Amino acid sequence: MYELIVIGGGPAGLAAACAAWDRGLRRILIVERDKELGGILNQCIHNGFGLHHFKEELTGPEYAGRFIQLLKQTGVEVRLDTMALDILPDAEGAAVHMVGRASGYRVERTRAIILAMGCRERTRGAIGIPGTRPAGVFTAGAAQRYVNMEGWMPGNRVVILGSGDIGLIMARRMTLEGAKVLACVEVMPYSGGLNRNIVQCLHDYDIPLYLSHTVTDIRGKDRVEQVVVSKVDEKRSPIPGTEMVFDCDTLLLSVGLIPENELSRQAGVEIDPRTNGPEVWQDMETSIPGVFACGNVAHVHDLVDFVTEESQRAGEAAADYVIGRRWEKGAGRPTSDERTIRLKNGDGIGYTLPQRIAVDRVDKLCTVAFRVSRICGPSRIVATDGAGERIAAFNRDRLAPGEMERVALPRVLLEKAAGDVTLSVEEKEGESA
Amino acid sequence: MYDVVIVGCGVVGAATAFELSKYKLKAAVLERENDVAMGTTKANSAILHAGYDPEPGTLMARLNVRGSALAGELCRALDVPYKQCGSLVVGLSEEDRPRLEELYRRGKANGVPGLRLLDREEALALEPNLSPETVGALYAPSAAICSPWEFCLALAETAVNNGAELHLDTAVTGMERGEDGWTVHTLKGDFKARYVVSAAGVDGAAVHDMVAPHAFDISPSRGQYYLLDKSEGDRVGHVIFQCPNEKGKGVLVAPTVHGNLIVGPDAQPVEGNDTATNADGMAFVKATALRSVPSVDFRASIRNFAGVRAKSGDDFILREAEGAPGFIDLAGVCSPGLSAAAAIGEYAAGLLKRAGLKLVKKDAFTVKRRRIRFKELPPAERAALVERDPAYGRVICRCETVTEGEILAALRGPIPPRSVDGVKRRVNAGMGRCQGGFCGPRVVELLCGELGLSRREITQDQAGSWLLCRETKGGGERV
Repeated sequence: MYELIVIGGGPAGLAAACAAWDRGLRRILIVERDKELGGILNQCIHNGFGLHHFKEELTGPEYAGRFIQLLKQTGVEVRLDTMALDILPDAEGAAVHMVGRASGYRVERTRAIILAMGCRERTRGAIGIPGTRPAGVFTAGAAQRYVNMEGWMPGNRVVILGSGDIGLIMARRMTLEGAKVLACVEVMPYSGGLNRNIVQCLHDYDIPLYLSHTVTDIRGKDRVEQVVVSKVDEKRSPIPGTEMVFDCDTLLLSVGLIPENELSRQAGVEIDPRTNGPEVWQDMETSIPGVFACGNVAHVHDLVDFVTEESQRAGEAAADYVIGRRWEKGAGRPTSDERTIRLKNGDGIGYTLPQRIAVDRVDKLCTVAFRVSRICGPSRIVATDGAGERIAAFNRDRLAPGEMERVALPRVLLEKAAGDVTLSVEEKEGESA
Repeated sequence: MYDVVIVGCGVVGAATAFELSKYKLKAAVLERENDVAMGTTKANSAILHAGYDPEPGTLMARLNVRGSALAGELCRALDVPYKQCGSLVVGLSEEDRPRLEELYRRGKANGVPGLRLLDREEALALEPNLSPETVGALYAPSAAICSPWEFCLALAETAVNNGAELHLDTAVTGMERGEDGWTVHTLKGDFKARYVVSAAGVDGAAVHDMVAPHAFDISPSRGQYYLLDKSEGDRVGHVIFQCPNEKGKGVLVAPTVHGNLIVGPDAQPVEGNDTATNADGMAFVKATALRSVPSVDFRASIRNFAGVRAKSGDDFILREAEGAPGFIDLAGVCSPGLSAAAAIGEYAAGLLKRAGLKLVKKDAFTVKRRRIRFKELPPAERAALVERDPAYGRVICRCETVTEGEILAALRGPIPPRSVDGVKRRVNAGMGRCQGGFCGPRVVELLCGELGLSRREITQDQAGSWLLCRETKGGGERV
């Protein structure tokens, strides 16, 4: 019987397991499907990781390495090359079915679970790009794995659809490896990636970024031969007559990430359709008591530093849950006399996380992560309670859907709030970004 | 000297090879591509039609009903995913009623078992997600779904196991008749045969024209499809057809044996084997499907694809070619070709017999095929399997839970895959929601290891569909 099983040994799982150990748990197991810990960080060999958490600039493998070192100083058990197949929650905890080459088929029991499976990439089929179906259409992350982990180039002349961070990073990476990146194409009027990546990965290499454009045809029988790019109107419909034809052998897709929650769904965890991840309380507990979620399985992050912070919170909460000191009334659901708030999305807000707040369990501040649904200039993020009272406001110069935002709601204000709280964006009039 | 050479290893060629491998004769199948099931067989609705659609008296009508019944038996015997889920033709307006009745009469004439006309309430009780506009439906309990490429593969594997030869990458370039039979020229040399069976799909007329005066045209018709995530797999439990009317045949919405939802097709005339999708066609399929099942969530789409059907007139062309004794055409096998395939195989054997081929049953004909599907095993059996062979403990494809053991077994099977998609068609790796994003590199690694190839030589699918072009500056071979 474990106290905690962490599913996934990427940045989220590592930070969560370390935090749970530090908080006093001693029987912890990490189940990792790959042959090594570190998750997707292992293929992110560029730098820019750790600026917030370590106050220095690390590569992905270095960032993962720091946590792997920390983990080695604990007694956390790790099972590599092992896939969790099923989670069956019950009154005492859960049974986790898992299978591995070396470890065989095992059913392990645990008191608590942390879901840290990360996310996957959206594919061509999900966005329905018309045309032939030749080889040479890769998701950016799959191409990144081939280049950085396997040492093989997936093509020579490249068009990239989507300006998400992995696509931008791969534009630079493919260029450095001698490929010609002809264009980065983004259907929205703004990029979905971090501004620093636009500058350092596209501008510095003279790679054109076509905003409000999309790929409208793929040509080539066996391998990609051409990609047709068209301008789109406000409704994102291609405008006839604006076609540009690129002769290329490769199309990389960086068109979004989807939290990977098949295991969570199977276990019966409630999923928020906005994040595509579990609905969580402020301590990252899901709708099932004792089952926590953190990192990209809960919502897609831009920066691993924030994954770490969120996952530490989940690890500590899981430890408190197991040890029973989380809440003086005992572990479990908020009792009926406890004050709970649902966090709702108002104008301009794409999602918030957490979705639920148990006010009495908030320490001093409740961190709320969110994304806006459109580009905004100078704005106020406003928290309004059920009676229409504004309980808090935060100023921002510029907001973009591509960048995750965070605000901290003080407990004292949450205690005063009537009913549920709505977060919304108010653009300041007369000022421009 | 072969007794019979079959040109093409789609489901029709494979079914013919399967049938002929029951007899004491020497047969070879010549396939242009690097795998079987590479044409229409891998891109269709995956439906075994009940058989109320074809005009009574046609070959289509006869062979559809017989073929569907045979396919059910064969899928069970050869461990091919198959489910007799039944179908509904849904009427969406009062004008559809007489059409449903006409289909019912036709089905009765064709000998379709169990047909029943349902009123609105009965139809909605069977399929609660049908449109509220539904006025009634024709229920055909014998309709089924299957894995078409695995059906073809299983037939071809069984033929090979019983002595038939399969030559891949062997495109036929010409053919001539000599004194003792046919010489078939291919990119891999000449094959001599007493009889030639052409099962060349879209190229059926081109192959026919190599040996006989032009007798028919093939009008390729492209059909486009959506494949949706398993989250939509329960949207319907039966194959849902729309009642054909003056606006067309409508599109179907159906579960697949793999647990997904398939929606399509449209019908567009194309030149040759053009399987590109286009925005207009996909929009048509979507809009039309929503008329019968309005709640289908197309955001769950994981793949679009198109297949080309080899249409020629109103019926299959199954006959000895005029002016070419010993050359049999199996042409114009459009829908319901998959349903009819097994019966077409039998029928082809009959045509060969009539043309003078002696058919003497073999003493031993083995119909046995089992595939381990880790995902479908109960925990205790999984544990025992991994204990026996640890390769079954390593999950390669996360979305479909496909293990290394299953992939290795396919790579060591009677017709080993040589491409990433070849692996996909045998074990489902890469068929799921991430579409091979995670497992692709691992499948490439297994293909390289098992076939002794470099990364550069591995293709996504057919020859020429290369995946990786060169090592990075840091080098790949050393990694």
